[in-house]
Amino acid sequence: MAEIRPYWALAAAAALGFRVLLLILFPGDLHLGSRPEVATPLTSLRRLSEGYWLKQSSMSPYAGSMYHGSPLLLPILGPLTAERTDGQPAHFYCSLLFVVVDFVTAMLIRATGQKLLLSRRQSLEYLNLPKLVKNSANINAGDLASLIYLWNPLTIVTCLGLCSSPIDNLMVVLTIYAACSRLAPLAAFGYVLATHLSLYPAILILPVILLLGYGPDAPPAKLFLHKSSNSDGKDPSNNDESRSAVTTHKPVRCFSRRPVVHFMIWVSIWSCYVLFLCSIYLKGLGGLQEMFKKTYGFILTVGDLSPNIGVLWYFFAEVFEFFRNFFLIVFHVNILFMILPLAIRLKHRPCFLAFVYTAISAMLKSYPSVGDSALYLGLLGLFANELADMQFSFFLFFGYIGVSLLSPVMHNLWIWRGTGNANFYFATGLVYSCLQTVLIVESVSTMLKHDRMLRKHVIA
Amino acid sequence: MASLRPLSRGPFLLLLIFFVFSLSLLRPIQGNGGSDGGGGGEEFSEELLLKPLPDRKVLAHFHFRSAAPPSAANGRHHHLFPKAIAQLVQKFQIRELELSFTQGRWNYERWGGSDPISTRNAKPPGVELWALFDLPTEEIDPTWKNLTHALSGLFCASINFLESPTAYSSPYWGFLSNNGNLRYGALPREAVCTENLTPWLKILPCRDKAGIASLLYRPSIYKGYYHSQRLRLLSSESKGIILEQTLTVVLQPNSYTSSLLSSSDAQLQPSWSLSQLFKKEMTGKCVLAKSSKIFLELERGLLEKIVEIRDDSWSNSFFDLFPSPDREIKELENSNGQVGSSLYEYKVDNSNENKPLDVGITWKLPLVWSSVHAPFQASRFLMGSGNERGSIAISLQSTQTHDQYFGDLNDCTVPVIVLQVVPWYVKVYYHTLQISIDGKPQTLSDVIEKIQVTPSEDKLLPGTLEIMLRFPCSMLSATLSLDFDKGFLHIDEYPPDANQGFDIPSALVTFPNIYSSRSYPDYDVSDDSSLLHNLQEKYLVRSYTEVLLVPLTTPDFSMPYNVITFTCTVLALYFGSLLNVLRRRIGEEERLLAKKDSARPGLVPLLFSRLSSKLKGRKLLLKVVFVALVAVVWHYFLNSS
Repeated sequence: MAEIRPYWALAAAAALGFRVLLLILFPGDLHLGSRPEVATPLTSLRRLSEGYWLKQSSMSPYAGSMYHGSPLLLPILGPLTAERTDGQPAHFYCSLLFVVVDFVTAMLIRATGQKLLLSRRQSLEYLNLPKLVKNSANINAGDLASLIYLWNPLTIVTCLGLCSSPIDNLMVVLTIYAACSRLAPLAAFGYVLATHLSLYPAILILPVILLLGYGPDAPPAKLFLHKSSNSDGKDPSNNDESRSAVTTHKPVRCFSRRPVVHFMIWVSIWSCYVLFLCSIYLKGLGGLQEMFKKTYGFILTVGDLSPNIGVLWYFFAEVFEFFRNFFLIVFHVNILFMILPLAIRLKHRPCFLAFVYTAISAMLKSYPSVGDSALYLGLLGLFANELADMQFSFFLFFGYIGVSLLSPVMHNLWIWRGTGNANFYFATGLVYSCLQTVLIVESVSTMLKHDRMLRKHVIA
Repeated sequence: MASLRPLSRGPFLLLLIFFVFSLSLLRPIQGNGGSDGGGGGEEFSEELLLKPLPDRKVLAHFHFRSAAPPSAANGRHHHLFPKAIAQLVQKFQIRELELSFTQGRWNYERWGGSDPISTRNAKPPGVELWALFDLPTEEIDPTWKNLTHALSGLFCASINFLESPTAYSSPYWGFLSNNGNLRYGALPREAVCTENLTPWLKILPCRDKAGIASLLYRPSIYKGYYHSQRLRLLSSESKGIILEQTLTVVLQPNSYTSSLLSSSDAQLQPSWSLSQLFKKEMTGKCVLAKSSKIFLELERGLLEKIVEIRDDSWSNSFFDLFPSPDREIKELENSNGQVGSSLYEYKVDNSNENKPLDVGITWKLPLVWSSVHAPFQASRFLMGSGNERGSIAISLQSTQTHDQYFGDLNDCTVPVIVLQVVPWYVKVYYHTLQISIDGKPQTLSDVIEKIQVTPSEDKLLPGTLEIMLRFPCSMLSATLSLDFDKGFLHIDEYPPDANQGFDIPSALVTFPNIYSSRSYPDYDVSDDSSLLHNLQEKYLVRSYTEVLLVPLTTPDFSMPYNVITFTCTVLALYFGSLLNVLRRRIGEEERLLAKKDSARPGLVPLLFSRLSSKLKGRKLLLKVVFVALVAVVWHYFLNSS
């Protein structure tokens, strides 16, 4: 692996420049905002500007089943999406804002990666595995992940595609970064906003608490115990040194309550604040009850059956009305059901846990888009060292390419030409879900294998 | 003596009672009108208006009016007025109601757009129903639902589909200005045929057995180009209930004479008469009708041509009306000194079986004229392709008749109200509203005077756009456009012929400053012709646009099981494999494997040994026998019962 660091700034700048270039070369000609893979009913900026228009004409932005996003986005993005008459193409400033948001997200991923790298190096050194440290020292996971995020075609499409997912992604990444750095107020802010914007990041509460309590990812706690007992027994000569090492590492493996309690307090403060702002904005227009019904209710009941990259739209368009509620519960419980087993097995790697949760919710959420995939693929880069020997990576890589090429073709055949039918497009959605399943299962099993390998090294 | 007196008075009293009773029994039969004050003043009148149209067709407008003045017996006992309607009005507290069944589209360009007949009787295809209620706001919606059911029973139509809140709307001022008690609904796809006409005729006192209604020969009226059957109810404290039933048909006359002559000259209008149009002649009026008249109207455009040659207006070198009319009623000339239209009245009273009345016109020379247009002609169309999104455009084309309506062209503006109701699966983005005048896009605030948007709610409410625009009078064309996304429905929400597409009801364009009315100076109030009365009333000029057909994408209707199984398989794959990965403990498995490798028997002996070890306990054997026994007993029990 070549050294990335010297080229990082250049590559990142090139990625941002590429976005701006596309923006200038095709002002509004890309029509990405109307692609079902990019903009969902939740994130579409077209719907947002309808909500803004309704608000401007003193109606509730949620009137008319058009807008289902947060009311806080309206005053920020609304004026930017309004039609301009001074020569600039509509949405130009909005897209520029998203370029900046993407950059910030990439920076936060990079910072998270550096924290993870530091913690990994420390723990490996403590476990006396210099060989592994040397192997991986050259791969700076943070730089890699941020470049993956910036250069991912899915991210670029999302950034230029006039949807609000870049902001959702920023909030998720901010939560993880702040939790890694043990900044409870910031983590609470990111967590509350991410949950407010798209509900599914609510399940990140477990990884965030683990991160705040134990610190960033490390090998299983058993290894440290094993190591410390070994070093105590076997190496009396080295006693002082190892003891000092233990003392330095002790806070890492001990659950510290303080930041978690801080986090909880801050979460309640921020959520009160967000709700307060929302209620001010929606004063006299239906209030918070309508907001919850039209945002969270819309997400949970899968009210809009327009096609997207997932499978639920077709499922709920076809399933018998009688079973609808049952399957709604089944699909949502499927996300919740895996939380606990994963948390038990991966509690020593909260950052990776956060990645798995993000990937699972991206796969099973009611209105998935490629923006969600862009996020978890970016986060995947953070674990480049641990997942180096992942299986099926070749298959997955070309699978993603194949699906992202076939899906627009099938959509075109069905919707625009009328020569295909809905099953064509649904099939790509199925394949995509399978790919994501394989990715999640393989990454989890590789991570567990990695831990097993560490254990072997330590015991041996 | 005193005891004898009542006895002698008895027969006299009985006679008196009998006499009064027989009189009251006779009253409905002899009650031809309210002149004798009988029947509680209920009245019925029947009229027919015939009019040659510029495109060689004939308009026939049947007009029946029943009135029940306010009385305590309303809804319980009626002489002439249909009891079902009176009960409807009473039960649902209707102040105004209009129901129309229409087939075909009124051709505003050829048949006129601003005369009283077209503004009142040109209706959108299918069923249109609106009603004003005299009820508190919260009771209106339930009442509307009951009303739709009652009407659909009365008229054998699926008006009950208007019951669902996705089908009707409550416009604030785009249709009629009201204070929230108006409900408006339209079913563009409702097929109208004779099963709707029969119950409609049943409301008439003479049905179609006598009088003008007997002309309604089904094959000829359903062969027409346009057919609109309308029912309008007005009820008030002071006037009681007034029921107007009208039937407007546009027919193509084809008589032998015209076909012979038209071969020599294509421009000659076909001659026609009642007997040719309806295969029947008038043989007397409905005896219950107070007045029974036939009018033949000649338009302004037609008369203008004749006035030039100073000929007699009903028998001239161009055409003859036969028989000669009883009376000519002329419209007041307008300020520019142009001639107005003329009505020729025929009284049906004089006709009987021996002397039938057969009103008609014979053309002798070709004549070309045009009917009166509204200032703008509205049409509506869809733009875009594909099944994902599109836009609706409403275009207004000037008919170049400014001088009739507006004086000075320089700084005059004309207000136009557009009412557009869209079903919820057409998801309109109201912020994309664009208006262009003569091809130039306009700033919205310059053109829009008032706008009222009720956005649609998924599966709950249709979207309603009411917009009042102010256009310069000299404008040639204007276009309104709105973008929309097409919705995707659940498999059960598609109608049986899903691939045909979905109809968007007609938009309504109203010109709030322009009224269609005629004034007849010779008109006598004592005539009491309700048709003439209606023609003189001020009525807003409105026109309906076309119905739009929006194709929506369909899912595969045969796939529900496949989709459910495929999706569940993928989910199970995810769930199972992830749980498996989490559950596995490689180290233990390796140890177990190592143990087994040391002494591993074959598969069959292993199975056998396991089975035998289990059977040794006997408990399992007992269990199996018990279950089998229960199964046999159960089976036997089920079969025997």
